[in-house]
Amino acid sequence: MTLKATLRASTAAALIAMGGAALADGHATHPVTGATLATEQVFTYRVLDEHSSLDPGVVEDVSGSEIVRDLFEGLMNDDADGNLIPGVATGYTVSDDKLTYTFTLRDNAKWSNGEPVTAGDFVYAWRRAASPELASPYAWYMSLMAVEGVDAVIAGEAPLDSLGVSAPDDHTLVVQLSTPLPYFVQMTTHATTFPVPQAVIEEFGDAWTQPDHIVSNGAYVLSEHVPQERSVRVRNDMYWNNDATIIEEVVALVINDENQALTRYLAGELDRTEVPAGQYPRLSEEYPDEALSFPRLCNYYYTFNLREDGPEAFKDVRVRQALALAVDRDVIVDNVLAGGQSAAYTFTPAATADFTVPSVEMAAMTQDERNARAVELLAEAGYGADNPLAFEMLYNTSDAHRSIAVAMSQMWKQTLGVEATLANQEWQTFLEARGNGDFELARGAWCGDYNEASTFLDLLQSGSGYNDAKYDNAEVDELLMGARTAEEPQINYTRIEEIIAEEMPVIPVYHYAGVYMLNDALMNWPVDNVQQNWYSRDLYKVAE
Amino acid sequence: MYSFILRRLMIAIPTILILVVFSFVLMYAAPGGPFNSERPLPPEVMANIEAKYGLDQPFLMQIFNYVWGVVTQFDFGPSFQYTSRTVNDVIAQGFPVTLTYGFWSAVVALVFGVTLGVAAAIRHNTWLDYLAVGISIGAQALPNFVMAPILVLIFTLWLGLLPGGGWNGGQWQYVVMPVIALSTSYMASIARITRSSMLEVMNSNFIRTAQAKGLPMHRVILHHALKPALLPVISYLGPAFVGMITGSVVVDVFFSTGGIGQFFVNSAFNRDYAVIMGITILVGVLTILLNLLVDILYAWIDPKIRY
Repeated sequence: MTLKATLRASTAAALIAMGGAALADGHATHPVTGATLATEQVFTYRVLDEHSSLDPGVVEDVSGSEIVRDLFEGLMNDDADGNLIPGVATGYTVSDDKLTYTFTLRDNAKWSNGEPVTAGDFVYAWRRAASPELASPYAWYMSLMAVEGVDAVIAGEAPLDSLGVSAPDDHTLVVQLSTPLPYFVQMTTHATTFPVPQAVIEEFGDAWTQPDHIVSNGAYVLSEHVPQERSVRVRNDMYWNNDATIIEEVVALVINDENQALTRYLAGELDRTEVPAGQYPRLSEEYPDEALSFPRLCNYYYTFNLREDGPEAFKDVRVRQALALAVDRDVIVDNVLAGGQSAAYTFTPAATADFTVPSVEMAAMTQDERNARAVELLAEAGYGADNPLAFEMLYNTSDAHRSIAVAMSQMWKQTLGVEATLANQEWQTFLEARGNGDFELARGAWCGDYNEASTFLDLLQSGSGYNDAKYDNAEVDELLMGARTAEEPQINYTRIEEIIAEEMPVIPVYHYAGVYMLNDALMNWPVDNVQQNWYSRDLYKVAE
Repeated sequence: MYSFILRRLMIAIPTILILVVFSFVLMYAAPGGPFNSERPLPPEVMANIEAKYGLDQPFLMQIFNYVWGVVTQFDFGPSFQYTSRTVNDVIAQGFPVTLTYGFWSAVVALVFGVTLGVAAAIRHNTWLDYLAVGISIGAQALPNFVMAPILVLIFTLWLGLLPGGGWNGGQWQYVVMPVIALSTSYMASIARITRSSMLEVMNSNFIRTAQAKGLPMHRVILHHALKPALLPVISYLGPAFVGMITGSVVVDVFFSTGGIGQFFVNSAFNRDYAVIMGITILVGVLTILLNLLVDILYAWIDPKIRY
């Protein structure tokens, strides 16, 4: 056993103690920065859509997860930079074979009804998340975490208690993995792994997450929920670190239309909203202190259909190379999106932790050089004026996707004489078509589930269910497998990116940016957390 | 009369059944399903979900179970998308919202529409007529998805008088803009229908007789002309009222009211079969009932009509 983490707990504890003191005395100043706090500490923000669920074991969307992270607390949390800090667990040890993790839980963690949070609550939650009875769409996450026996449990072939998670005592949680997973602990910041209150769930069934019933262990409790309109959470007096919480109330308003949300932000009804595509330059000029853009852990790409029955042309690597080269990404990020996104020449975003973007040839060329090379390659492949290349590019219906598709097809037409027809489908239809290989070239995008390059590169593994290209390269598979146990997985990831750049099964277009309008009185927004795992208890409002 | 009502209600039952079956078939014919996502689910996870919602059963069995649940227990099933709620919850929450602003929209549309129409008709070919026609054509030409942002721009951003959206339990400040946005085009239609039908009635013999008797103008209009002139308005109002109280997608989405129109559209996009069915049935039943009400009103207003 090697002791791995006590995780700067002492610093955190010091800050927290100071916070408690400052607030208890009624001095409305921030314990660390000394800024004068606003008297009303209410944070109101816009969500695009109603959350799917507030049940940690079931929730699958971003807006639901944001609320769940406030209501519940798992083993580990993210700090403002995306580093792991203690949550309910104060630390953990890992066995030499990297298969057994032992977490020590704090003894002062409580549910909002005053009951203690125990290791048994985690065991119950994890078994429940994997159980066929709950039928959670996020059961696959448990499988991704490689908890021993999880696949058999999900399939209903093994009893729940065969899952590799146990509680030798109330403050010790032991997890057995079936394979070493360097990013396993990181995955415990995700909602699926959060504890849930067994007694409440058994009493109220599916309705346990309604405001009248819900019991949670995070910094906030749910006080109101009007579906499709708003949800309100207020501070949880039972939270072990309640003294450090400054924001009293958090209101999430469902506003489908992003332009309407922006108007309401400008009218002072919201503290945070997303900036609609193309409006960032204007807003950052008018509201320099409020318009924010920072890198996100997401990529945007087009995938070729490389199946046997896919288009013949795309089986030729020179065609794929030519199309990838002829996309002027700077035009797309600077003129079409204009929100601080970055041009992508690799699949994995540069913002990914411990990942250095490898120097691929295409990134170093100028666009003129790329275009010249693209023309050569396409001619070599036998396409030209007398045999023009034509295909259909498929994307899901959305203004921003259409603008990008129009730009790309124009670039191909002008540079290469290629005829790309645009086709858009409504989301569910699009997913079906793409999943069934019923496309030639299709849009794709991915946000990292955890902050490690494999969350992206796994998409190109031959057996992956998310590999829409059906790209099959034995070397990539081997490198991905090797990365799981490697001391320096970065070497493997670099090599995979080089292979992708050579074989180009997908065309990386850009890497996302989070583009927000944020009230300048709201402090401590974690812009450096590329996964945007934010917690309301870290925020505060200063007096204007 | 009673046998007429009874007969109409009896006909409503097969009508709704046909509606249910037809919607079910259309829904399943649409590609994709409620549990498709960016990340395809592993087959065993998908199997668990389908078993939970009964989607693994044969198609006919699913329709039968659904209808059985609705008829015997008034249970419209669980929402596939919002897992902690049933369709009954969704409707119980969203319908009162749309009913509130829909009802007020109907009142506003009716009062202003009829007033405008009558005024235009009795002052035919004067400036008042031109103004009324101008307003109603303008209002009809201005779709609510244009109207809504303009209202928000004026009342929220410039004047700062009204909140730009939300519902907040139905406080009046939150109801004003949805009502204006929703009622305007209905008001315009009602004004135009009232005007033309009023013009027709005013030229009929019994009005000429009434005027010849020397009755004052207001008496002629209110006691003699208005009732028959409103017949076409009433037949228009039946379906229009259903349209208003079951919510306008544009109004719901734009003003984030949490009304049922928004649920309806989102459920179609999400393939949330149970919610689609629940709201379809609600709209269907309301349409049938209000059309029946219109027919009864007809008989009451026009003595020539007897069932």
